Amino acid sequence: MKKFSELINKLLLTSSRNRKIDILSNYFQNTSDPDRGYTLAILTNELELRNIPISRIKEIVFENVDKELFTLSYDYVGDLAETISLIWPHKELGSLLCISEIIDVLRNLKRDDVNKTIKYYLSIANETERWALVKLISGGLRIGVSSRLAKTALAKFSNKKLDDIEKIWHGIETPYNNLFNWLCNQGPMPKIDLLKTFNPMMLANPISKNDFKTLISSEFIAEWKWDGIRVQIILGKSSVKIFSRTGDDISQSFPEIKNGSDSMVILDGELLVGRDFIPMNFNSLQQRLNRKKVTQKHMDEFPAFIKLYDILYLNNEDLRDKTWKSRRFELEKWFKKNNNNYFDLSNVIKFSSWDELSNFKKNKIIDDQHEGLMIKKIDGSYIPGRPKGYWYKWKKDPKNVDAVLMYAIRGHGKRSSYYSDFTFGLWNGNQLSPIGKAYFGFDDNELKVLDKFVRNNTIKKFGPVREVEKTFVIEIAFDAVNESNRHKSGVALRFPRIKRLREDKPASEVIQLSQFKSEFL
Amino acid sequence: MKWIDKNLHIKPINTHIDPYKPVENAIITHGHADHAKPGHKNVLATSETIEIMKIRYGENCAENFQVLPTNQSLKINDVLIKFFPAGHILGSVQVLTEYKGEKINFTGDYKTTSDQTCKDFEPVKCHTLVTEATFGLPVFQHPNENEEIKKLLKSINLFSERPHLVGVYALGKAQRVINLLRQQGYDKEIFIHGSLEKLCEYYQNNNIDLGKITKVNLTKKKDYNGEIILAPPSAIKNIWSRKFEDPIICQASGWMSIKQRAKQSLVELPLIISDHADWNELTKYIKFTDAENVYVTHGREEAIVHWCKMNKINGLALSLSGRDDEEQL
Repeated sequence: MKKFSELINKLLLTSSRNRKIDILSNYFQNTSDPDRGYTLAILTNELELRNIPISRIKEIVFENVDKELFTLSYDYVGDLAETISLIWPHKELGSLLCISEIIDVLRNLKRDDVNKTIKYYLSIANETERWALVKLISGGLRIGVSSRLAKTALAKFSNKKLDDIEKIWHGIETPYNNLFNWLCNQGPMPKIDLLKTFNPMMLANPISKNDFKTLISSEFIAEWKWDGIRVQIILGKSSVKIFSRTGDDISQSFPEIKNGSDSMVILDGELLVGRDFIPMNFNSLQQRLNRKKVTQKHMDEFPAFIKLYDILYLNNEDLRDKTWKSRRFELEKWFKKNNNNYFDLSNVIKFSSWDELSNFKKNKIIDDQHEGLMIKKIDGSYIPGRPKGYWYKWKKDPKNVDAVLMYAIRGHGKRSSYYSDFTFGLWNGNQLSPIGKAYFGFDDNELKVLDKFVRNNTIKKFGPVREVEKTFVIEIAFDAVNESNRHKSGVALRFPRIKRLREDKPASEVIQLSQFKSEFL
Repeated sequence: MKWIDKNLHIKPINTHIDPYKPVENAIITHGHADHAKPGHKNVLATSETIEIMKIRYGENCAENFQVLPTNQSLKINDVLIKFFPAGHILGSVQVLTEYKGEKINFTGDYKTTSDQTCKDFEPVKCHTLVTEATFGLPVFQHPNENEEIKKLLKSINLFSERPHLVGVYALGKAQRVINLLRQQGYDKEIFIHGSLEKLCEYYQNNNIDLGKITKVNLTKKKDYNGEIILAPPSAIKNIWSRKFEDPIICQASGWMSIKQRAKQSLVELPLIISDHADWNELTKYIKFTDAENVYVTHGREEAIVHWCKMNKINGLALSLSGRDDEEQL
């Protein structure tokens, strides 16, 4: 447990991504199985200890610490695991088992033994180990390590390709002994069950002005980039699995999508809500996302369907190395045979020049349905990741609004001495209401101007946050606006970035929130 | 506490302890800015505290200075005043006052653990204790400071290609960290931010071993890889720190026991070194004094007051304003 707790402590306090990768890669190199596998599972959120609820831990703490003193401390510290680790009053001799053994003990604890064992563990642990132990039980480390970063470290320590690790990731299980055997060249690449496993998706690069000069239009086709969420659908004999772009299984949220297929198939498409295959806006789709329980009312109001883009597997045949053209042929053939209410084909848009496509985009785009166009190479295969030269996204023109700078926070790593994370707002009567945050879009010189303004015009500090004089206007570019009841202003911007500094513009000329809503919502 | 009010005003002799605003007569417990303010008419303090005030605010920061050495009594009218070492920083004292047989002790800021940069804390019995509570929560249990210093030395060994920027308050913490490094056998040159210079010099003049210390000169090109550089936290957050290439940001403070706090301040290597009493020291000392009444001047008062209640001691929070500037703890 010492090694594990020191690892996550170091990761928490390190802000550089590269350094985190180094720390993790060293750990994987110098730790044996199954400890490193369990650590990997914890870091990637694949491990849950359901048998010990956090309320039980609190109960144990209250048996040993005055409740009022604990509450005051928790208010101050703000993190439960940390509060418990610091306040725990007992110290006993002994040392904690290693991470895999601890997990094994915790998983198999009998109900009656829980309190005694946890109390003993808390007492023999040092403060960092206690913190790690409570985090392990409560789940969710929140130490700024994504699952992608952990896998990047795996690739680094083993010299294997990240893509290959991603390919099998969703088919392997804790504590990943077969994975580590392969990574250490002591075994074959693990075989995975296709019907259960998410396959990493092929993603597009944004198209640039220069690309239009170099790319030959006749080698490409286009499709609408539908404004939903990208999904992978795996249909088995009687099963349906829907995965989000990041590999999360979201099948449960969309029970109406049933299997009408007679064959095993893996499809790529866009999940949308709407009737007769006409999509409603993204905001409506959001009503269906992140819900564990789906009610009939929700399904009636916002019925889900999928626009199909691609086919990856058919009857155990991997089609990913075939060209887009032949995959499309297979997709259309499959679609004809398996027509149902949940699947629609995404149309192929043909064009003879980039100008023609540009005009098409301008005239036919529907703001609520399309995010822009996808441009795909006709003879390109399906390559996981974001390979250059195959798929491009041509987003609709960004929208712009001038807003007033309100708050700033310092950045991380290279930017740690700069205020580089900005909150901005619009007028709501004579008060400003924040509408979003942005931490990129500006160049180095603009950052210096912003940083200087923040330092010289701070009116209040809340911990790391500085509130500034409401005088600096910045032009914000964004892709779309959604209604949001999570934000006080009632709006949430998609992909906001700082486009320009408007030092010339007085804050009083920034528009009212109500005007913004009527213009963009 | 009939003869002393909530602003720590000793009524029979019209004297304030650590007043926040300029007053006629002030007793100053130590030189930190939230306790020692310029502009009083008469100041009573230890010679070290007076010297520190003069370094920081100028020779004329008060009209008259009167020195009272520790463990000597001074009687003004019917009030007896005696200073006891507080172990916080050089010159810091507790102020014991006695009037008509009632003893009230003001701790000022204190710690009970040993520190080579100042006199060791001396406990005193009293009827009423007026205490600080900067770290007055049971989550604050400071570790051994030598173990913390070893962490810094270990990191210097491990990352000898990176400068180690250590955030310290200019008075007290800076000198203590340097002294602790010397105690661990670190005999290399230690670099300091300009704002630490005068106070380090003053400590050295008081025979406190700081070894070779050099002011950072950023106009000259120098390689600070593997060196220890001490600077106030504000300078580390500021443009000043941009001149160092890829530094490891460290901070020496009692707050560093809270990881989220360290993370929030972008501190990579937290060093839990505090010049204040932790929870155990605070509560142990309250018990030792046999005080019937405990007044808490500043810090996390609620928890100490609650603890007093649990231990059948009268506790009350004074919530003095202007205290608790976290940078200097």
